[in-house]
Amino acid sequence: MAAKVDYKVIVGLEIHVHLATRTKMFCGCELVYGGSPNSRVCPVCLGMPGSLPVMNKQAYEFAVLTAMALNCEIARFTKWDRKGYYYPDLPKNYQISQYDLPLSHDGFIEIPLEDGSIKRVGIIRAHLEEDAGKNTHELGNFSAVDLNRAGAPLLEIVTAPDMNSASEVRQMAQELQRIVRYLGISEADMQKGHMRFEPNVNLHINKDGQTYKTAICEIKNLNSFRAIERSVEYEVHRQLDEFLETGRTMQIGNKRTYGWDDVNQTTVLQREKEEAHDYRYFPEPDLVPVEMDEAWFEQIKSRLGELPLQKQKRFVGEYGLSNYDASVLTADKATAEYFEKVVQAGADAKRTCNLITQTGQKLANQNNTTVDKLGISPQNLAKLAQMADKGQISATAAAQIFEKMSQQNADPEQIAKADNLLQNSDAGAIEAIVDQVLAENVDAVQEIVSKGKKAGKAQGFLMGQVIQKSKGQANPKVVAEILSRKLAQISS
Amino acid sequence: MNQNINRQQVERVAHLSRLDLTEKELELFSGQLAAVVEYIQKLNELKTNGVEPLAHCLPVHNVFRNDAVKPSLATEDALANAPDRTDDFFKVPRILDDSSGA
Ligand SMILES: [Zn+2]
Repeated sequence: MAAKVDYKVIVGLEIHVHLATRTKMFCGCELVYGGSPNSRVCPVCLGMPGSLPVMNKQAYEFAVLTAMALNCEIARFTKWDRKGYYYPDLPKNYQISQYDLPLSHDGFIEIPLEDGSIKRVGIIRAHLEEDAGKNTHELGNFSAVDLNRAGAPLLEIVTAPDMNSASEVRQMAQELQRIVRYLGISEADMQKGHMRFEPNVNLHINKDGQTYKTAICEIKNLNSFRAIERSVEYEVHRQLDEFLETGRTMQIGNKRTYGWDDVNQTTVLQREKEEAHDYRYFPEPDLVPVEMDEAWFEQIKSRLGELPLQKQKRFVGEYGLSNYDASVLTADKATAEYFEKVVQAGADAKRTCNLITQTGQKLANQNNTTVDKLGISPQNLAKLAQMADKGQISATAAAQIFEKMSQQNADPEQIAKADNLLQNSDAGAIEAIVDQVLAENVDAVQEIVSKGKKAGKAQGFLMGQVIQKSKGQANPKVVAEILSRKLAQISS
Repeated sequence: MNQNINRQQVERVAHLSRLDLTEKELELFSGQLAAVVEYIQKLNELKTNGVEPLAHCLPVHNVFRNDAVKPSLATEDALANAPDRTDDFFKVPRILDDSSGA
């Protein structure tokens, strides 16, 4: 048994985000997911001689907006570079990217952790580049290449190695997704490859009073948040075991690349030695630089709006919601905005939150949409919340009515009436039923009055009888009150 | 004067560009490239003290286009010059050591 070792996990991320522009970065080819192969290509993205790239302004502004949300310094002068790239999925033989003058650098992202604390992760740089096409390898000795994606605008974000656990890495990825979706700059669907995360993982191990650093491993092929967390966890254990077994530590050039095997839940070695990467960057002569003046900078900045974490904090402060509830509501911007409209229409915040997060999101998921698009006006949902608050309907009935409203945005009161879901809170009517039940169940009453062993059970039984006689429409709170009062009278 | 570019460097650049050169070609290109580099080195004679580095040689910046869709090529036209195809895909020799996926 080896001596007890304590170690620190060190993770940095390289992230690629697909920008939700209509067209590619340097040509007017349409960006579509799942279009027929090579149907969105032109001389520019095919790398044909004599063609010239022209920058997509929207893509540039999306990139700057994201960099602003990540608290980065925005460069007032930036240029493009060619990066040597010899694979057929980018037929120019180079990728247009940014090398020494990226459009932004030195920022940070704040991540709300599950324990309620905030973790700050540094952003080293964020720059624009073009994506490659897709290779499929099902042809034996040949590959099939589809260039529809070649030239799509990609935002590359490089973080500092500030994450110290697998769960922090996953939460960082989720927060970035929430931010880019709020900004509307990407659909950020991991399964569709809109966001690609490549963690760089290593360990600082303390053993016998010395610190050892394990070789950095980069993990690729992650297409879900779960895969991100699992793969980092796996890699931490693998590196620890390897160190304890072999004592192998970080050397120049022993960085390795692993691919995540989602089926077997393991990382698989892809490349042992870092190839002598020589990208031979040089300034792209076909594109002129970008200069950003104050007016343009301010114009983009004005589109930032309230970011998700700010909104989450405000929901806690302004509406008295728990941090958890606030995080669920603000996970999606449209849902958060819908919540606020319902509250503005006069509903209680906590009640609205429960209706939206419990019933609304279930319905939304079933319909593959968001709560705001269920076709229920904020006014009608506010009315439903008020009815529940006043005890006119039970929680179960509220959920039922909610569902009906999503089918026919009708007034919740009308639905309640039509479906016989209104609770009777009329004390007179309930009192009459209570009197009847008490008269019919003398034994149970006797048990309660004599404070017998089964007094509690007997009271529950009477309660149930009253509700049943009212056909489930008596407000349980009112029934309990009247019942207790009557029984006290009999006892005295 | 030919220390600026030697045969080894030409071999390396050829490898990076995935070019397979014969012995004869290596010899030929080493000589030619050395001559080119030597010629370019004339620029070193210029005094550049106090001259700001330039990122681009044109006094132009911010040439953008709007994010508007333009017609792409017909798939048949796109594939017309391809050495080989399979259905509507370009068909290329299998990619070994796949570090593709920019
Ligand atoms: Zn194109």
